[in-house]
Amino acid sequence: MSSEKMKLTLRVWKQKDGASKGRFENYVLEDANPHMSFLEMLDHLNEKLMKEKKEPIEFDHDCREGICGSCNLMINGIAHGPQQKTAACQLHMRHFKDGDLITIEPWRATAFPIIKDLVVNRYALDRIMAAGGYVSVGTNSAPDANAIPIKKRDADLAMDFATCIGCGACVAACPNASASLFTGAKIAQFSLLPQGGPERKRRVVNMVDQMEKEGFGDCSNYAECEAVCPVGISIDAIARMRREYMGAMKG
Amino acid sequence: MQNVKTNLKTSDKLDAKIPAGPIQEKWSNHKNTIRLVNPNNKRKHTVIVVGTGLAGASAAASLAELGYNVKAFCIQDSARRAHSIAAQGGINAAKNYPNDGDSVWRLFYDTVKGGDYRAREANVYRLAEVSNAIIDQCVAQGVPFAREYGGLLSNRSFGGAQLSRTFYARGQTGQQLLLGAYSALSKEVHSGKVEMFAREEMLDLVVIDGKAKGIITRNLVNGKINRHAADAVLLCTGGYGNVYYLSTNAKNSNATAAWRCYKRGAMFGNPSFTQIHPTCIPVSGEYQSKLTLMSESLRNDGRVWVPEKPGDKRAPNDIPENERDYFLERRYPSFGNLVPRDVASRNAKYVCDDGKGVGESGLAVYLDFRDAIKRDGENTIREKYGNLFDMYHKITDENPYKVPMRIFPAVHYTMGGLWVDYNLMSNVPGLFVLGEANFSDHGANRLGASALMQGLADGYFVIPYTLGDYIAGERPEPVSTDHEAFKAVEHENIERIDKLLKSNGTKTVLDYHRHLGKLMWDHVGMSRNKEGLEKAIKEIAALKEDFWENVYVPGEQSTYNKYLEYAFRVVDFMELGELMARDALVREESCGGHFREEYQTEEGEALRDDENFAHVTAWEFAGENKVPERHIENLEFENVKLTQRSYK
Ligand SMILES: Cc1cc2nc3c(=O)[nH]c(=O)nc-3n(C[C@H](O)[C@H](O)[C@H](O)COP(=O)(O)OP(=O)(O)OC[C@H]3O[C@@H](n4cnc5c(N)ncnc54)[C@H](O)[C@@H]3O)c2cc1C
Ligand code: SF4
Ligand code: FES
Repeated sequence: MSSEKMKLTLRVWKQKDGASKGRFENYVLEDANPHMSFLEMLDHLNEKLMKEKKEPIEFDHDCREGICGSCNLMINGIAHGPQQKTAACQLHMRHFKDGDLITIEPWRATAFPIIKDLVVNRYALDRIMAAGGYVSVGTNSAPDANAIPIKKRDADLAMDFATCIGCGACVAACPNASASLFTGAKIAQFSLLPQGGPERKRRVVNMVDQMEKEGFGDCSNYAECEAVCPVGISIDAIARMRREYMGAMKG
Repeated sequence: MQNVKTNLKTSDKLDAKIPAGPIQEKWSNHKNTIRLVNPNNKRKHTVIVVGTGLAGASAAASLAELGYNVKAFCIQDSARRAHSIAAQGGINAAKNYPNDGDSVWRLFYDTVKGGDYRAREANVYRLAEVSNAIIDQCVAQGVPFAREYGGLLSNRSFGGAQLSRTFYARGQTGQQLLLGAYSALSKEVHSGKVEMFAREEMLDLVVIDGKAKGIITRNLVNGKINRHAADAVLLCTGGYGNVYYLSTNAKNSNATAAWRCYKRGAMFGNPSFTQIHPTCIPVSGEYQSKLTLMSESLRNDGRVWVPEKPGDKRAPNDIPENERDYFLERRYPSFGNLVPRDVASRNAKYVCDDGKGVGESGLAVYLDFRDAIKRDGENTIREKYGNLFDMYHKITDENPYKVPMRIFPAVHYTMGGLWVDYNLMSNVPGLFVLGEANFSDHGANRLGASALMQGLADGYFVIPYTLGDYIAGERPEPVSTDHEAFKAVEHENIERIDKLLKSNGTKTVLDYHRHLGKLMWDHVGMSRNKEGLEKAIKEIAALKEDFWENVYVPGEQSTYNKYLEYAFRVVDFMELGELMARDALVREESCGGHFREEYQTEEGEALRDDENFAHVTAWEFAGENKVPERHIENLEFENVKLTQRSYK
């Protein structure tokens, strides 16, 4: 099993820091293995580079199980690579062939400046959250957890939206670099729960405003975001966000 | 009740400050009598919170709400990405919604017993006591816990508990709880009470006149070394499972912050207490970078087995029923597949040692859903575990609906950590330690779904009170970051970084981490003995020396440089690994996850020695390359009766 070797050519974006200009650099890896994860393949390449005293490739990662949202690789032009509903860290090399040329780039968006090589800064997403992605409930002021029953269907649907990992692939895939799927997911989650009620209008207005301020584009319904989202957030999130926004504007 | 006394005396340096009175009243009495900070004065105080996992995010948000100025730090690019995000299974509370007889008392009792009687009763009782408020808080934040058709919250049994007391959000409970705490934190970032420093790593602690007064950090984007002063430092930096190289922890989880505090005088409690989780996806090759947990909830329906004949290489579905050994069901008829983690892991090791292990490496056992699917149908199983089955499928390329999963134990959690008193303060005044980073509540073995509970208990419901007590008593004056102590500690760290970057050897940091991991797994892992531990101590010392001579760290200080960060952390892992081995060596008994081969019952179960070891071991740094000093905190059991844990 682990003896099957794959030879790969990797075309990787290299950039020293935010101020420098970047370029693609080619690397040949003779002994990748189909059971490696994509990131393990990069680890392996980096080990080889360092043994030759060459600079390793910087990429972001942490959990390596598709939940933290750290990894952000554009693989052959697709955010998180060819396998649907899979973050780059969960992608395995068995989805590639011996002899393949693989192009690896960071997320590209004005709101995500490059830090180094494949690592970008996504603080803009945190600022959208800080603008209203919460219920203002202080510690120790909550009623009993079962005081307000919630329909299972609503709770389940809220959970579907809540599973967003904040990776930003939706932004990277969108021709307008819009963060609508990310923002919409949070708004949709709260719109389905009674706890989200009191701040409903304020939330949507503030979050949408912040999204614009950060330099994310508008949504033109390309639906590229949904196609690359590693956890399958439905584009229905954006429709719900629009409805919430209209509602807020009216009243 | 039984009052166990050890032969050793609690060290003068370790005052647990357990409040007087019956256990049920300790926490409320304490809250009623501790000192309070006037609301107008809170804003004059700055508190540093290192880490934004469940413990850190909940603490930072709660303290900011009270009016303190909070500076929060994390190493990821966002607070939301802390390792807590990966927790799957659930969080315990004593709500007793299912009406199955649960209570604070039972949750307390189970946790102390599950920890094999090596935790402090008073802390655990408080944990159980505040558990219900955690669920209330999270629901109010909009955490979408699983619900029943009637609209009320759903519970399941988890991790060997005989009650349904676990709340969950599909297989992503940690994610949802962390996003809840992160949302509370974001609210305070927005209000300006929390200043958030993402991608900023704490390198060291600054102690002035014996008190924690600040930290030195490195900005991971531009390499800048920064000084931050405060009236108190809260360490919420998680566990150190990555000492073993392969573990279920996130890749960046590390021991550095805690280890630096240790070297500045904070004592390290029970460092050898490590949890090895029975249900992880086995290692598949040399290149493996981490291990993935398959939630323990799977053991509710999956049956664990190996072929009866050693070396049987047939495909699992070709092995007839009478040639399978359902070893947990056989050895533990009353708990079966639901025995606690330490027991399940050890037994998997035994059958593999006997040559019955499966898969290419022979280091795996089956977790089989055939019977559950037959009984409940594939759809029911999919509804319960769909996301876990998918994850397994993605990683192994095998379909667990058709072929049994292969699982093997992996390092998962560290019960040990910095020693803290009842107020969660270390022996260095002003340094508090919360969440997995402290040693406090889980004894020698943690029960499932109780780490999330502890992280949030510490952050939401304990520290807001106990920090106030410290500040009110201490009335700290602000210190300047120009103070000599800041300069000195900063200088030491700059020198360290320079030294690492100048090293121009032939081995990578990963080479050393792997080597350390293997030593730890082989000798300080699931089963330990004197000879192996002594060997580990010697070999780690040699490894450390080799590291400074032969390592190669690429790049420069002034840019993003992951391998420099990594080198920094591996140095600390090596030093901590040595202490873990030392701790395991002096604990001449078996308890919970600490299994010393010399101390076992005839049936191969852990054999405790309550007479001599019903205590916490806390280690004090004595200088580089010196044997650290060992201190003891005796554990008094006034409410719980110590028995041999039996799951037969
Ligand atoms: C796969 C998995 C599944 C689990 N499932 C469950 C479960 O179902 N139920 C349960 O109860 N428990 C579970 N656990 C255990 C539980 O998730 C952890 O114990 C808990 O989340 C730890 O939380 P924490 O806040 O203490 O630390 P963490 O979440 O680890 O957070 C540490 C924080 O510290 C920061 N940090 C670290 N070092 C530094 C530094 N030097 N400088 C600055 N910042 C730093 C990090 O950036 C991070 O923000 C699971 C663990 C794993 C690995
Ligand atoms: S919506 Fe999907 S793609 Fe966008 S940030 Fe969330 S998880 Fe990532
Ligand atoms: S590394 Fe966490 S989602 Fe990929």
